Amino acid sequence: MTSPSRHRPPQLPAPRGPLSAAVRAALLGAPPPQNIPEDSPAYGDDLQLALYTLYELHYRGFRDVPDTLEWDSALLACRAALEDRFLTALREDVPTTGTTATAALDELQVEPTADPDGTSVSFFLRDEGTLDQLREYAALRSLYHLKEADPHAWVIPRLHGRAKAGMVAVEFDEFGAGRPDEIHAELFADLMTDLKLETAYGHYVDAAPAEALATVNLMSLFGLHRALRGALVGHFAAVEVTSSPGSRRLAEALRRVGAGPAAVRFYTEHVEADAVHEQVVRQDVVAGLLESEPELDADVVFGVRATTYLEERLAARLLGAWRQEATALRGP
Amino acid sequence: MAAAADRPRRIRVQRDGPLLIEGPVEVVDEHGEVTVSDRFEVAVCTCRRSRLYPWCDTSHRRRERRTGTAADEGGRT
Repeated sequence: MTSPSRHRPPQLPAPRGPLSAAVRAALLGAPPPQNIPEDSPAYGDDLQLALYTLYELHYRGFRDVPDTLEWDSALLACRAALEDRFLTALREDVPTTGTTATAALDELQVEPTADPDGTSVSFFLRDEGTLDQLREYAALRSLYHLKEADPHAWVIPRLHGRAKAGMVAVEFDEFGAGRPDEIHAELFADLMTDLKLETAYGHYVDAAPAEALATVNLMSLFGLHRALRGALVGHFAAVEVTSSPGSRRLAEALRRVGAGPAAVRFYTEHVEADAVHEQVVRQDVVAGLLESEPELDADVVFGVRATTYLEERLAARLLGAWRQEATALRGP
Repeated sequence: MAAAADRPRRIRVQRDGPLLIEGPVEVVDEHGEVTVSDRFEVAVCTCRRSRLYPWCDTSHRRRERRTGTAADEGGRT
C-alpha cells in the first residue's frame, strides 16, 4: 500500500571514501570534485556510490538538496568523469566481438537445469536460502525495484516505429497498465512489507555493497545517454529473457520459507509477465531497433554482456557472504 | 496494442515458442474452465509444459546442464 512518506526523497547516503564524500558535500553546497583520483577502482564502493548519488538527482533527488542541481553543469561534469571510468572498465571487461545480438540473447535463453558450480543466486535461494537471506536479497534489489522500469523509460524518445511501440507496451505493463496498485514497483513494496522490510525509497542504499550499486548504475548510465540506446535495449532484453525462470525459483524460495502472499505474488507475476515481455522485446524492440539502426548490433551485445557481467559480480558477492553464514549487507 | 474493432486480431506464431495474442484474452479448456488475461499481449503455451498453463512460463526453452552461469540473476522488469 502506498503511504505518502514512502515517496519522500531519501536522505543522502553515508560516504564511503573521498569521492562519495566530495559528491555529498557538493550536493550540500561545496564545489564539486574537479578530478577523479586515478587509483579509485571503477567498481569500488566509493566511485559507485558517488555515481549512484549523482544519478539519483534524475529520479527522486534527496531531502535538503535543491531539485535544480540535476542540471548543474559542474555536477554533470563530475558525473561524466565517473561515467567515463565506469564505462571504460566495462568496455575492457566485456567482450563484444565474434557474436551478434541475436546470438548473445539466444545464449541466455538456454535454461540451466541445475547449478553445479553454485554460481546462481536464484538456485541457491530456492534450494537452501533462509528467510533472512531472502530479506537481504529483497533489500538490495529494492534499489532498483522501487523504481522498476523507470531507467528504461528514458530510451522511449530514442526509439521509433516497431521498437518504440513494443517498448512502450512493455513499459505500460510495468507501470500497472493504468492501475496504480499494479505498478511493479508497488508490488515490490508489498513484497517488502510482507518480509517486514522498510519500504521507503532509498532506505537500503547504505546497506548495498558496490556490486549492487553497479547493477543499478548500469541502467541509469544506459538510460540517460542516447548514444547508449543500443546498450539500454540489450540490457532490457537480457533482463526480460532471464527473468521468468529466475522469478519462478525465487517464488519457490519465498513459499518454502513461509513468506506471505504479496511476496510470492511479485515473482509469480514476473514469471508470467516476463514470458510475454521477452517475446515483445526480442521480436519488436531489439529486431525493430536493429532493422532501423543495424550498426547498433555491437552495442546491443554490449548491453546484454555488461548486464550478465555485473550480475555475476553481485552473485559472487552475495553467495560468498551467505555460504559463510555472514550477511551480504554492509554494516552501519 | 489492443486490437481495434475494425481489423482482425493478430496472433503471432513461432515454431519454438508461445502463441502471442493481443489481449485481453479468455482461454477455455476442455473442461470449460475459463482463464482470463487482460495483459496487452498474452503468450499462450503451445508446448504444454508450462506450470502456468494456458500461459507461457518459458518452459519451452531448450534446457541443458551447463556450468558457470549466473545469468538468471538479472533482476526482473
